[in-house]
This record gives sequence, structure tokens and C-alpha cells, in this order.
Amino acid sequence: MKFKSRDRSSHPPYILPPYKSSLTRGPKTEPIIVPQSLTELTGPAYDESIVGELDHDLTRNGQTNGEPIGERLIITGRILDENGDAAANTLVEIWQANAAGRYVHTNDQHDAPLDPNFLGAGRALTDDEGWYKFTTIRPGAYPWGNHYNAWRPTHIHFSLLGPNIMTRLITQMYFEGDPLIPFDPIFAGSPAGAKDRLVAKFSLELTEPGFALAYRFDIVLRGPEATPFEA
Amino acid sequence: MPKSFKQTPSQTVGPFFAYGLTPRQYGYNFGEIASSQLTKSDTKGERISIIGKLYDGTGTPMANAVIEIWQADSEGNYAPLYTKDKFFGYGRVGTGTDPENRFVIETIKPGRVDDQQAPHIALIIMSRGIMQHVYTRLYFSDEAEANAKDPVLNALPAERKTTLIAERKQNEDRTEYHFDIYMQGENETVFLEF
Ligand SMILES: [Fe+2]
Repeated sequence: MKFKSRDRSSHPPYILPPYKSSLTRGPKTEPIIVPQSLTELTGPAYDESIVGELDHDLTRNGQTNGEPIGERLIITGRILDENGDAAANTLVEIWQANAAGRYVHTNDQHDAPLDPNFLGAGRALTDDEGWYKFTTIRPGAYPWGNHYNAWRPTHIHFSLLGPNIMTRLITQMYFEGDPLIPFDPIFAGSPAGAKDRLVAKFSLELTEPGFALAYRFDIVLRGPEATPFEA
Repeated sequence: MPKSFKQTPSQTVGPFFAYGLTPRQYGYNFGEIASSQLTKSDTKGERISIIGKLYDGTGTPMANAVIEIWQADSEGNYAPLYTKDKFFGYGRVGTGTDPENRFVIETIKPGRVDDQQAPHIALIIMSRGIMQHVYTRLYFSDEAEANAKDPVLNALPAERKTTLIAERKQNEDRTEYHFDIYMQGENETVFLEF
């Protein structure tokens, strides 16, 4: 079996001048392409035993004395490969700012309140059809030091494992209609035709009546090459 | 949603991954799926410590990166599925908790996974400022003969091969492999694509 390569027309470049820290951190030499061996065709796989009962529910997994503040949301979607096949039993890890735009992380100096009932981290395992589902709080936008009056659009960080180490993906999910999206150099760094794949769409259909609005975010990972010689 | 099944773009892991990806290491009250401690009391194989720093283009050790490793067991087998009691060759460590911003991984030296490749460990590196995680490999300085025949090392320009070879050092009863990674510059580590 052979997997398709990382598609350059889908991913941002390493050196992305408007995103300052990429200038000293992205490699400047082209990577060397080597054959896919057993090392690359395998990777960490988990089953349900790794996922705790509340891991997918960020409105409950960080509670200390009540409910977190903010607008509840359902974030759900399918993890697929480039052939449209479901990535089943794939671990999805997420982390995000709270409703005020503040991360629990000690290095986050933004002067916005922490929420004692919100951690902002979750994990879920996809089902047989590649579906995952989180319940969370709509994150707030937050300022950052990249340039004058820089604000990150509201976003949720995603980490995916997929079937092997080549399918590993770290990405960020943005919200349809966020007015900050056009000003964000990190979002803007992805190729024109690919950016829209980072934007979750509001879904009335997936909304849970009387409880929470829903956004759908599907993710496509590298997939196997077609194998014409197999039946 | 996607009618054409094209890859979702990669985005940087950002500076605030710790409570999502490495919560225990950074002291958050949330379980973690992988850590820097791969060995268990009954793990077979030679115990080793992998120690290094990740440098940016200004020569500064990066304090908010994540290094992941994927490796075989001492007999050269990759674990098909995580199980609590068995050796699982997936490690994850942030560079923000060590006073010198080193990464230190406690594991075992992997066996050979096939009859061509020298023993090696796959690495995945992500950080603020890195828009797509990079891949590299760690090889062992005491495996010169196997390294000389390794197809991946042999695909590299001769002068850059050494960037993938970890230096073995005996530190009292601890076997250390030192492996610094340079994102840019004269000694830029070889990064791999497959
Ligand atoms: Fe963020």
C-alpha cells in the first residue's frame, strides 16, 4: 500500500512572511522525499478505552462548581480520506479558548477572565462512519502580538491521528461568517482554493432543539493511492 | 460538506496546546494519551533516554514545541493498537517544562523493522510558527554498519546525514542519545516527506 503525498495545493507554506514566527521556525530547505516503509505505514491506534465518559463534552469535563459561561455549541463532522472513505476509530483531540477568548494555558497573558468551569480540551474517537461529536462553548476571539491590532478569529484547534503517521494532521477550525477571518495571516496562508475547508458551516439540521446550535466540520486526511491491480 | 475530497489544510499547533495535547506533563487536570515515558517496569529491551533541544533560526531553543515519536519495540514490531499493559511506541513531549527547554524521552532502543533499514525512530515536530508539522528520523550512532546500508540515510546528501544520527553517551548507568534538531540554518536537520 502507498499513501498519497501531502498535497501542496492544500497546505500553507512553511515560510509565511505575514505570520512572523514562521520566519525563524519553518524549515528553509526542501524536505527529502523517501519511500514509505512500515514505519510510515503504521501509527498509533487507540480504541474507546482511551476516551473518558466526559472527554467529548467540554461543557462538563472542566466543571468545578457549576456550568461554564457562554453559548453551548455542538461541533460535529466526519473524518474522511481523499477517496471519501471514512476514517473510523480515529482519535480527534481539540483545545480552544473560553467564551471570553482566554486559554487556560499559563502563558496566555490576555486580560480576559478564566472560567473556573471550563478547561477547553476534549477528545473523541470517530465511529465506523468517521463521525465525531463534541459539545462545547463558543470560543471568543483574542488579540495576539503578530502585528498592530491583531486578533485571531474564533477557532478551535484540532489534532488528528488517522491510520498511520503520514495521516497526522494538526489544524484549526474557524466559524462561518466570522468577520475576523479575512484579516488573519494564519488562515490566509492556505492556498486560495483550500481555505474554505477550514471553515465550519452552521447546521440547523444538526442543531439540538432547546439545547445548542451546531456547526459541521468535516476533515479530509491523506488517503491511499488507488490500487488498480487488486480486485 | 466537501464534495471533492481534498486534504484539509494544516495549521500551526499554536502556543497554547499544552492542556490539549500534553496536559499531565504541564500539570493540567486532564488525562493524556501519550507521554515522554514509554517504558514500563516489564518492558523488554535496552533502556535509553533521548535528550535534545529544538532550535529556531536564531539559535534559540524553542520553548513551545511538541515532539512526537513513533517506534517499534525491541523486536522490531510496531504495536497495532494501544493497550495499557504493553509497550506502545508512541511518545509525546512538550519542550516547555524543562528549565533548558530540552525534550527528554524515556524509551527502549527499537529493533530492526525490516532487513534493510537500520534501527530508527520516526519524529513529528510541531510548534507555534510551524504551519505544517515536519517529519524526521532519529538513527543511532552505535549502529554505523546498519546505518551505512540504510535506504533513507542513503537517499540524503552525504554532508547532511549526520543531522539524523543521535550520539550515544553513557551517563553513569543511564544510556543517553543526544539529538538536537535545527529548524533552520547551517545545520538544518533533514526533514522528510513520504
Ligand atoms: Fe488558538
